[in-house]
Amino acid sequence: MTRYIIRRVLWGVVLLVAVSALMFVLFRILPTADPARLRAGHSPSPKVIAEIRSDLGLNKPLLTQFWVYEKNLFLHFDLGYSYESGASVKSLIFERLPATISLTVGAAVLWLAIGIPVGIISALRRHSRLDRASMGASLVLVSAPEYWLGLIVLYLFAADIGQVKVFPGAGSYVGLTSDPWKWFTSLLLPWIVLAAGFAAIYARLMRASLIETMSEDYIRTARAKGLTERRVVLRHGVRAAITPILTIFALDVGTLLGGAILIETVFDIPGIGRLSYDGITHGNFPVIQGTVLLVALFIVVANILVDIAYAFVDPRVRYS
Amino acid sequence: MSTSAEPLLRVEDLRVEFATEDGLVHAVDGITYELEPGRTLGIVGESGSGKTVSALSVMGLTRRMGASISGRILFEGRDLLALGEEQMRQIRGNDIAMIFQDPLSSLHPLYRVGDQLVEAVRAHQPVSKGQARERVIELLGLVGIPDPHRRVDEYPHEYSGGMRQRAMIAMALANDPKLLIADEPTTALDVTVQAQILALLERLQGELSMAVVIVTHDLGVVAEMADDVAVMYAGRIVEMAPARLLFSEPEHPYTWGLLRSIPTLQRSREQELEPIPGNPPSLINRPTGCHFHPRCAYAEPEHARVDPRLEDVPGEPAHRVACLLEHQVRRRLWRQMTT
Repeated sequence: MTRYIIRRVLWGVVLLVAVSALMFVLFRILPTADPARLRAGHSPSPKVIAEIRSDLGLNKPLLTQFWVYEKNLFLHFDLGYSYESGASVKSLIFERLPATISLTVGAAVLWLAIGIPVGIISALRRHSRLDRASMGASLVLVSAPEYWLGLIVLYLFAADIGQVKVFPGAGSYVGLTSDPWKWFTSLLLPWIVLAAGFAAIYARLMRASLIETMSEDYIRTARAKGLTERRVVLRHGVRAAITPILTIFALDVGTLLGGAILIETVFDIPGIGRLSYDGITHGNFPVIQGTVLLVALFIVVANILVDIAYAFVDPRVRYS
Repeated sequence: MSTSAEPLLRVEDLRVEFATEDGLVHAVDGITYELEPGRTLGIVGESGSGKTVSALSVMGLTRRMGASISGRILFEGRDLLALGEEQMRQIRGNDIAMIFQDPLSSLHPLYRVGDQLVEAVRAHQPVSKGQARERVIELLGLVGIPDPHRRVDEYPHEYSGGMRQRAMIAMALANDPKLLIADEPTTALDVTVQAQILALLERLQGELSMAVVIVTHDLGVVAEMADDVAVMYAGRIVEMAPARLLFSEPEHPYTWGLLRSIPTLQRSREQELEPIPGNPPSLINRPTGCHFHPRCAYAEPEHARVDPRLEDVPGEPAHRVACLLEHQVRRRLWRQMTT
């Protein structure tokens, strides 16, 4: 098991190097905007641009630039400096991380709390009206783009532009430590919008997984033992049906921690997603590379955690 | 069947039907049998003959599958079909227990074997986990699992096939059932292990004086275990007799077919096995008349119209058969076949 984890971690590092290399190639060879020009202000002279180029190291050979970048990245966790503000990308990410974590964790709790029970009930009352209604609703929510849903919700409920002014609207995010109550209320709408699509997917996944599990032989055994149906469903059915969902959950959370770009943009939350959005619009390479690497890192870590968690959840994995 | 003791289980005109998109499946079509305490009934038939569904119905496990069930299942005089779900739950795994065909898929892969057995004990007995665990270790020893103190904490995938079935048997015995239903208990096992499991079941039945219903397609298993045998075909019992009589004087052409399709060492290699021609009938659109007539070598045109009833074989009250051929004709045919 330990050897397995070590191998997975090493592969994760290899993957991260590959991602960083790909980022480097993509953005240096096919630049969307010249960063030196971007920083030089209005109608700069070629001399100023050349100076900025040399300051940023952009005049060195590509391979040298790459080597410096990788060395700084993996030996010093140095993600470079923002072309715009000059702040270190690492500090920018740490500054933005709390908002993204708040958004992700709250939404994850919400979508699990809704999606899993709805999926279980739908599976047990298959083809009932309740099942049809919840599966129909989930289809709508899965199909609705989250930025569209976000705008609708803002239009309906936001304190500034809403028809019914109940929740703080876009741009109202406050850090948890500065004002917990404001933090909570400002995130309510983003949580709901972000969780809606995921809850819908998880309800469908849970339903399908539980329906399959409930036809297993060991469920028949559990009933033959004379267990109550409640125990058969929860202890024998759900316990087995929920394991594949664990994998998807970890990957979803990993991806979201790398920034929910659409939601953070619609609700103007200063998180990682917003950071990468601004980075992309300003051709701010170090920031883009930093945020993309962060997503890759979270996904790699989530994958490794899933593998370790599986060993605890499924004894068959533990011994193989 | 021959003695006058009060039956433990009496199934009366049991019918189990499933509505499917293709039509109504007549899985069990009016079967009647009795089982006395401590005795063993073998139910034999091909897949799709209704034998498993009839067994599951005694456990009350077909209700949830959306079956419509009629008739009566009297257990110690109580009609199980009239019981509510909670009353039935209290009987399941307690008075009546069941073991299944594939012991690997029948055990929960994510729980320790011991915990699964503890759960079975505690479903019906108000004992602590510790007490239940002691009982489980005792049970695992009883069914011949070596080193039960250690094995109790292992997972199903760490057991061999035979040990898994032993564990399933231990689980079934957890609450000293009066009736054990074994649905193809040896089919998924190696031949050598099959014999061990059958021997174990026989020993336990003697020690615990349980009645056993053994559902199988394997006449060898029946010969080994059963006091009485019911042969099922297309949801019905077509022949029923004490085991000895069924093997020596079978009356139904289908039973003949089953007996003659068993390989034996006595038979010379040149002598081919004689499989029953054709396939088991659809349980949605069943053949008219005698359901077996399309596959029967002795069928006459009128057998496609007349539906035979299960009737006593003349002079053998314990032997019943549903066949339109004359008794004398059947005797003659079987003699010809065996000489």
